[in-house]
Amino acid sequence: MDMQATKKKLNLKEKYRAMTRDLDWNPSYQKLEDIYPYASYEGVKIHDWEKWEDPFRLTMDAYWKYQAEKERKLYAIIDAYAQNNGHLNVTDARYLNAIKILLTGVTPLEYMAHRGFAHAGRQFPGAGPRVACLMQSLDEIRHAQTQIHSLSNYNKFYNGFHEFTHMFERVWFLSVSRSFFDDAVSAGPFEFIVSIGFSFEYVLTNLLFVPFVSGAAYNGDMGTMTFGFSAQSDEARHMTLGLEAIKFILEQDPANVPIVQRWIDKWTWRGYRVLTLVAMMMDYMLPKRIMSWKEAWEVYFEENGGALFKDLARYGIRPPKWLDQIAQDKDHISHQAWCTFYNYALAANFHTWIPSEEEMDWLARKYPNSFDKYYRPRLEYWREQAAQGNRFYNKTLPMLCQTCQIPMLFTEPGDPTKICYREADYKGEKYHFCSDGCKEIFENEPEKYIQAWLPVHQVYQGNCFPEGTDPTAEGFDPLAAVLRYYHLESGRDNLDFEGSEDQRNFAAWRGQATTNA
Amino acid sequence: MSTVFIALQANEDARPIIEAICADNPHAVLNEAPGMVKIDAEGRLVVRRSSIEERLGRAFDLQELQVNLITLSGHIDETEDEFTLSWNA
Ligand SMILES: [Fe+2]
Ligand SMILES: [Fe+2]
Repeated sequence: MDMQATKKKLNLKEKYRAMTRDLDWNPSYQKLEDIYPYASYEGVKIHDWEKWEDPFRLTMDAYWKYQAEKERKLYAIIDAYAQNNGHLNVTDARYLNAIKILLTGVTPLEYMAHRGFAHAGRQFPGAGPRVACLMQSLDEIRHAQTQIHSLSNYNKFYNGFHEFTHMFERVWFLSVSRSFFDDAVSAGPFEFIVSIGFSFEYVLTNLLFVPFVSGAAYNGDMGTMTFGFSAQSDEARHMTLGLEAIKFILEQDPANVPIVQRWIDKWTWRGYRVLTLVAMMMDYMLPKRIMSWKEAWEVYFEENGGALFKDLARYGIRPPKWLDQIAQDKDHISHQAWCTFYNYALAANFHTWIPSEEEMDWLARKYPNSFDKYYRPRLEYWREQAAQGNRFYNKTLPMLCQTCQIPMLFTEPGDPTKICYREADYKGEKYHFCSDGCKEIFENEPEKYIQAWLPVHQVYQGNCFPEGTDPTAEGFDPLAAVLRYYHLESGRDNLDFEGSEDQRNFAAWRGQATTNA
Repeated sequence: MSTVFIALQANEDARPIIEAICADNPHAVLNEAPGMVKIDAEGRLVVRRSSIEERLGRAFDLQELQVNLITLSGHIDETEDEFTLSWNA
């Protein structure tokens, strides 16, 4: 026969092999350790990179095809939402304050994730993880860009969204999420992939991008729903990369188990602390709620994380440390965080408020063990004080935890009325911590954490005033100078929602949208 | 047996996929939330290309799942015909 049979199309596995492993080659001019200089210092032993499996078997050609489709859908919706003044359809303008935290506290992390995965992808000697990290690096810059594009629409109308990159590097509470990611990207490639790929993506990001984004949909915010779910569609692949990375590392050598275990303990605790902000956003900042933080925690961490760690037990991995404290904390952290921000609303880029009576009843139903007993009386007292003209804004700077950089707002395990303090001595200096977890993380790597840029310390050292400020001048107001350094306009970007420009504008514009007045 | 899950956007693209998953996994439980659905299944959940194609009336590549996928849990095994989620313990 002179006619060739049509060559069979490659199946998924063959195509994946051809487009990833087969594009790799063994270097002969340079030594492997010179090409991948970071691959061994963390102590992780890899004997055979060929054993790496990518279950999605996604190749670059398919990657571009599906990502392009996601982008077409996303931008069509964002455009329509903006053209139609969709922002006036949100339930209540208080909601926008949650989105301010998202833009200033989370979007820059997407960009850092882009950098981190680009770096890890460069440093792994195996072709499989290099391709997977490259795709995730591209996903993450897409997340940063789509969030900025969607949220820039709100910046046209509301305060606190401006100069988010400037704020990210300066504002006190934003150092919590910033230092978390700086910690991860300054680790080696293996720790990075365990920290962000596994602990954060697999165990924790569902809590941010699933119930919170569904909550955005419920509150009429089509922009956030769209970018949130579009980002999350990549997340399934990221979670799979994280899980594969862990399984691969653990299967390669038994000596890797204790190294990975310490990273899992560290990064679950670090990520969990960062999620305190999300807990508060879900319980206090969504005017219409779909589930409480505690319920989301039970579904996505306790149930799903439980199944995951049961599965990983066969490698000798146990669930992360400090779970007993985490289990108690779920009744408290969202309330403790909101109370703290209510206190420090003078120095934030978003507004605070006391929940309405109806919202307090909802919180009491969702938190029968804690809300009425510990937090409702506090909120009612502050409401009463504000009504009498005594709204108190705290001007004293709080002590921060050296590791997570969160103010000392968490309570002792077993006693929600007592603030938890821990301390450690290192080279003649005293360091302070919010918990046993943060203290132990510090003690494992003190040389790293003594370099922390703690916003409160920096203010007291005079490093957070605009250039040319004279702190010795008569009547010097340090907090006003710090706000100028943050590029926050006092009376406009900060303080209570009640009486804010956002509140007045939203009411006026919504009025125009629904009447002819 | 631990539970695996898959969550998809609640839109027209995903509707036939959700229907196919529910038909192929009678033990699965469908949870609806604003903008999304989450399908929980004990032990194992399978997404079949043929079932989706039947409802869609056109050829479907299982990798198209990625476009409307929100999240999932469990180990993944993907071939041209089936996408399976499972836990080993
Ligand atoms: Fe992302
Ligand atoms: Fe801490």
